[in-house]
Amino acid sequence: MDAAQALADLTEISAQIEAAVLADHDGSVVASTLDDEAAANAFAEAAAELLAAADEVRTEPGSDPLVQIEGAALDGSVFVAKDDRHLVAAVTKPRPTVGLVFYDLKTCLRMLEREEEAKAAKATETATRRRTTTKKKTEEAESESS
Amino acid sequence: MKARSAVGLLAAGAALAGAIVFVRTKSQVEREHVDVYFADGSMVSLEAGSADGDRLLPLARRALASARG
Repeated sequence: MDAAQALADLTEISAQIEAAVLADHDGSVVASTLDDEAAANAFAEAAAELLAAADEVRTEPGSDPLVQIEGAALDGSVFVAKDDRHLVAAVTKPRPTVGLVFYDLKTCLRMLEREEEAKAAKATETATRRRTTTKKKTEEAESESS
Repeated sequence: MKARSAVGLLAAGAALAGAIVFVRTKSQVEREHVDVYFADGSMVSLEAGSADGDRLLPLARRALASARG
């Protein structure tokens, strides 16, 4: 499953979510449910900015890091959740079921993380196999020449 | 007598309508907030009117507006 699929699943399981974007912590878009690329970029940047600004709320040394945020305005809510690599942001209508939306956002991040781990493991396995094969061929060539 | 009752009823109705409008307006104003959740499970709720709330709410509104185009 790639990032776009993770977002598609998110909007499918959560009827409250109108639009969502998956981005790096700096606001670079990874995937989005928005058709308009400029809107997706603007949304991701605004979400990253909101997270960065909210990080300054608690500045005591040793305090736990921020993991998620809900901004509730009169015409709707914006949710942002993050993990070590990505952030996922979504907008809903007013008065959403906050716990459910956060649960769905975190599920999306977890699914993406698992996929990336699986890809990384596969890449490592392929690289190891390639190295072993090359070493074997070199040894064979050396034994033939001697 | 009947006229007095009618006036009383009208006044009561107007008072009730006013109270409903007041409560709805107040609840709408109070609904604007930013909730910040931390890894240890704690949460800070920042209402409009607080320093952090007034700093974060415009950013939240901007994110909403940009997602809706």
